[in-house]
Amino acid sequence: MDFNFDLVVNSFPLLLLGAGVTIKITAISVMLGVIIGMFMGISRICNVKIIRIIAAVYVDFIRGTPLLIQIFLVYFALPIISGQRIDPYIAAISACGINSGAYVAEIFRAGIQAIDVGQMEAGRSLGMSWAQTMRYIIIPQAFKQVIPPLGNEFIALLKDSSLVSVIGFEELTRRGQLIIAQTYGSLEIWTSVAIIYLAMTLTISRFVAYLERRFRTDDRH
Amino acid sequence: MIDIEGLYKSFGKVHVLKGIDLHVDDREVVAIIGPSGSGKSTLLRCMNYLEQPTKGTVSVDGIKLDSTANINKVRTEIGMVFQRFNLFPHMTVQKNIMLAPMKVRGMDKVEAAETAEKLLHCVGLADKAEAYPQQLSGGQQQRVAIARALAMHPKVMLFDEPTSALDPEMVGEVLDVMRSLADSGMTMVIVTHEMGFAREVSDRVLFVDDGRIIEQGKPADVFEHPQEERTRAFLSKVL
Repeated sequence: MDFNFDLVVNSFPLLLLGAGVTIKITAISVMLGVIIGMFMGISRICNVKIIRIIAAVYVDFIRGTPLLIQIFLVYFALPIISGQRIDPYIAAISACGINSGAYVAEIFRAGIQAIDVGQMEAGRSLGMSWAQTMRYIIIPQAFKQVIPPLGNEFIALLKDSSLVSVIGFEELTRRGQLIIAQTYGSLEIWTSVAIIYLAMTLTISRFVAYLERRFRTDDRH
Repeated sequence: MIDIEGLYKSFGKVHVLKGIDLHVDDREVVAIIGPSGSGKSTLLRCMNYLEQPTKGTVSVDGIKLDSTANINKVRTEIGMVFQRFNLFPHMTVQKNIMLAPMKVRGMDKVEAAETAEKLLHCVGLADKAEAYPQQLSGGQQQRVAIARALAMHPKVMLFDEPTSALDPEMVGEVLDVMRSLADSGMTMVIVTHEMGFAREVSDRVLFVDDGRIIEQGKPADVFEHPQEERTRAFLSKVL
């Protein structure tokens, strides 16, 4: 076996550039996912039936179909309907964000439902509206509950973002493919790519563990 | 202050309240006693629309509580204290008390803080403003919960078994706060298992069983000379 370390060293800067792009689209997608997921998660337990149904359909559809197909739908199928080409960057972020939103919605729904119903009753009995009680009492408490699963979702999405390489978006995986196409160094490059992904996911999981600890000692809750 | 007419409440096929008529006067203190599952908590929860009547009407301070009422506004006039305190665990004691006056009444921060300070002083917890609820004993938490409800300057206070979740040695401190509240002229409806307290503090005692008011009257009459067989049976078990 011949492992070409020079190739690893030489292509590392390019791969790191790709890793930067991976982090960027993952971070933006997760932010998008958290915003969508928060609204959808609340919608899932809203007392207006039609809103509840819309949220349930969204969550079921996204969780019941592969992310790869969702990326194809956004990048290849949507332009046929709209008649407009879509930028790979926008397509990648929309697909990942909308996908993440469904998982985050379930995380938020579970987090909110884990809060004692007495908290909502206490808020309402003081004259606060449902929305005010959600905002000031329920969601701040739910946030602490959802940090660990949200961290897992971030890690899952970071790995899944490799799928957007299929629409030619140059994140880490795509960079690896392009370098291999020129150098034929499959062993060196895929190993390097794997190690970079691992470094990123480990860093995130440590950070989430730290957040979890900090919130626990802060409020003893 | 509170008017209830022909109140029925069912949860599915379970009929909890079966025709309640009740009038509570301004400044009156009413104690509701009765066995568990008799519907007394449900009756209390109907008084601030936490439970919606299946049939009949509930009015507080002249406003009928139904889906057309501005229920949030009515609730600002009705303080409620829960069995399990229901303090907000992510906020300090002071913030617990300040939240609703600021968000609902639009009170500014300084004034809300002053109100909180004053109320904490009244319930004997002036030194606990910066503590979190979990750092307090049950009795202290319940006193904070009373202060939190009072911060809205309600016209009525509802108490749902306020001492049932407390260790015995902490019951007294909560009852003391409630007693001074009653002395100050607050209109109060109290669901309680503390017979001694009901007898001493209330103007009127209601005995509720199986979703109906079985007997009511001055505490001395109800406790000394119960007219109904079911009241006698209940009192003989708890006294």
